[in-house]
Amino acid sequence: MSEIDLKALAKRFGDTPVLADIDLSVPTGSITAVLGASGSGKTTLLRLIAGFERLDRGTISIGGTVMDDGQRSVRPQHRGVGYVPQDGALFPHLTVSGNIGFGLARRERSSVSELLDLVGLSGLEHRYPHQLSGGQQQRVALARALAIQPSVVLLDEPFSSLDASLRAELGRDVAHILAASATTTVLVTHDQDEALALSDQVAVLCEGRVLASSDPRSLYRDPPDLDAARSIGEANVLAAVIHNQVATCALGTVALRLNGRARADGPAQLLLRPEQIALHPQPNGTAVQANVVELRYHGHEAIAQLRLDHSAHETVLVRVPGELVLAPGQEVWVAASGPAHAWRSP
Amino acid sequence: MNTPIADTTPITGGAPLEHRSPRAPLPAARRQGQLAAAARRYAIVVLCLCIAALLLSPLALLALDARWSEIQHVLLRSRSALLLRHTVLLTLLVAVLAASLGVACAWCTERTRLPARRLWTVLLVLPVAIPDDVVGYAWHSAFPSMSGLAAATLVMTLGTYPLVYLPVAAALRRADPAMQDTAHSLGAGHLKTFYRVSLPLIRTAIVGGCVLVALTTISEYGTFEIVRYQTFTTEIFTEFQLNGRAAAALSMPLVCLALLVLAVDGIVPSRAATRTAPTRKPTRAQLGWIAVPLLAGLVAILTLAIGFPVGTVVYWMAQSQHTTLPAAATLGQASWNSLIYSLLGASAAVVLALPVALIAFRRSTSLRLNLQRSTYIPLALPGVVVALSLVYFATHYAFGLYQTSALVIVAYAIMHFPLALVCIRASVAQAPARLADVGQSLGRGPASVFLRVTLPLLAPGLLAGFCLVFLFAVTELTATLLLAPIGVQTLATQFWAYQSEVAYGAAAPYALAIIALAAVPAAVLALWFGRDQGPQPQLAPL
Repeated sequence: MSEIDLKALAKRFGDTPVLADIDLSVPTGSITAVLGASGSGKTTLLRLIAGFERLDRGTISIGGTVMDDGQRSVRPQHRGVGYVPQDGALFPHLTVSGNIGFGLARRERSSVSELLDLVGLSGLEHRYPHQLSGGQQQRVALARALAIQPSVVLLDEPFSSLDASLRAELGRDVAHILAASATTTVLVTHDQDEALALSDQVAVLCEGRVLASSDPRSLYRDPPDLDAARSIGEANVLAAVIHNQVATCALGTVALRLNGRARADGPAQLLLRPEQIALHPQPNGTAVQANVVELRYHGHEAIAQLRLDHSAHETVLVRVPGELVLAPGQEVWVAASGPAHAWRSP
Repeated sequence: MNTPIADTTPITGGAPLEHRSPRAPLPAARRQGQLAAAARRYAIVVLCLCIAALLLSPLALLALDARWSEIQHVLLRSRSALLLRHTVLLTLLVAVLAASLGVACAWCTERTRLPARRLWTVLLVLPVAIPDDVVGYAWHSAFPSMSGLAAATLVMTLGTYPLVYLPVAAALRRADPAMQDTAHSLGAGHLKTFYRVSLPLIRTAIVGGCVLVALTTISEYGTFEIVRYQTFTTEIFTEFQLNGRAAAALSMPLVCLALLVLAVDGIVPSRAATRTAPTRKPTRAQLGWIAVPLLAGLVAILTLAIGFPVGTVVYWMAQSQHTTLPAAATLGQASWNSLIYSLLGASAAVVLALPVALIAFRRSTSLRLNLQRSTYIPLALPGVVVALSLVYFATHYAFGLYQTSALVIVAYAIMHFPLALVCIRASVAQAPARLADVGQSLGRGPASVFLRVTLPLLAPGLLAGFCLVFLFAVTELTATLLLAPIGVQTLATQFWAYQSEVAYGAAAPYALAIIALAAVPAAVLALWFGRDQGPQPQLAPL
């Protein structure tokens, strides 16, 4: 068992609090993505788990063993944590096999070729890091971390310096390798798509606090609050009134996702993802009239920003097929399709 | 696989959980643990404080030695004004000429398609391997009328321009060509681009080189004695033989002058480029017929700086009778002494510089950075001053050390410490703490990681630092003359003794031996500075 448990974790650098009251647990064998903007404390969190920094308060335990409780700390070399830093950080003076075998005793070095097979780099044993492409360097860094058969692997923005197509491919490969070895993994990233696509659990980190953490689907559908909703994907948040388990907002009445709990009547905030709003070129049933403000074209799809007719300032984002052409100012009709998530108004 | 959210701990930023680990240590153990951690953290600071104290001790000893009445007495002589004028004038002249020569040579080898470019990058550095007093001796023995300011300027310029050439060539090689392209695209012509973009980009390197040239000139003794040009250093030397106190008093203004020069380097702002590594190599100008005069110019420089002194030395040797030449055993003994002193001095300087270079490896607080900066001050302590202070120390506090080889080695280590530090610091950038972290997370202890990761990455810098110190130590004359035990001769002192007696032929083999010993590290340095990758070494510290 190698679950990671972070409890009430806090860290300051001088007078600057970097992490405050972090509670997070990563189940054995799963991948948890920590999603956050730069400066949110993601890397510090990883460095604490790896043991490069000491905690101020709280506890970090791995597989039930306390690694750091703010007073005593297990040294990084005794934690069995594989760490893959942002740019790979390969040792420039060692070959690929020297890098991968770094943490192995001499008699264990035979496993280097298996690891090279695993990351798909057979035949490159004798290359030096500067002779490898960015993606290859990341694969070597992963193989090096896996060589010591760690119970936990930490990935610090491992794909951020790669171009988009390579990033997706390498991401999938790495996820498969880690899943196959049943390694508990923490992946730090600022890329929402990467976090949603690769992980079993997403934790949203903002200014040193965990805003939300759950599996990607629930986090996208039922975020615990407004900030968490906005940190993953596009979000339309509309003022609404709940009456008899149905919300009424600027787009008419929308069914609520109840998850087995009844909602009290009263004012609320309603979350509608762009794909939960349908756009019609012609008047259609209860659809509400709106004006096109702009269209952001993404190829296979497009996001239309619309101004709802009866409110001069409120705009909503709607996902539409890429081939649909809309001119700014054009009149369209929109309807919401539930069930939607709602919070009580503060 | 989806992990149900109910399985995870609730993730709210709410009230902190009072969590008590089952292994929570007792308060006493906790305090002990913290003490141990603090001791580990500050051990290197304490070590570096000791090193800094050693390096700055000459200043303190000098202040003890020099009496205020003596300072007033020697400084208010009209001669002091003359010495000051001589020293400042010569230093300015040499700095400007060496800078021009160094930048011009660097431009030729780095920005043009010069034939046999690699060879030139090594040859142009070799003049540092020839001691300045040997160059002075060559000129003066060939043309006895050559003396005074002109001769001193010529000799010092030819001997010191590589100190500008090395860092400027390295800076030019790493300057991002995109900046010049951008300047051109904004409508700036070649001349404007040079003055407004290229020159500012290499300004730090030029200033650093000039500071080193000026400090070398300020502390030079042998050359000026030969070409009969009086400066503070030659005066201190003369006074030392008559009155030790006066020598210490005279050292005060010399040190102040040198500190002033060192401060120049701190004043000139050096801004880091936003992008450190150029993605494209700089383009080299295609040389047409211009190559001919350029090559002629470079050949002329090398002829004056290397060919002429070496030729003169060989000429004097050929002219001499067999009996006037030193016995092989004497020459061998002097070579051995020079070699051992320089090897030990260079090793000591590198060993002392390693912890100081690494003091900001993980934490760069202002305490640590200022401590590191303070260790550059010996650069401004002329050899004669360091030697005088060590003589004072030995005669007053540790007479057992007086007239021992240990004192010579300590002097070499103190004087040349900053040169070793410059090289090692440049290579610390190649061994970032991140790499050591990764090594530790792979299950290796700190000592093993240091030996297997950090040290191998620092090795080129350590080698370069060693070579630079060895080079300066083997050609050093002033401190060696004052400190070498009676009866022990090094190549430099024996050369000096013979040439003072106008025994040019007997002096020649010693000069040749110094050049041979110094040429190897000079070539290694030229290759280290000439690499395309790796850190850019700045000869200037602050």
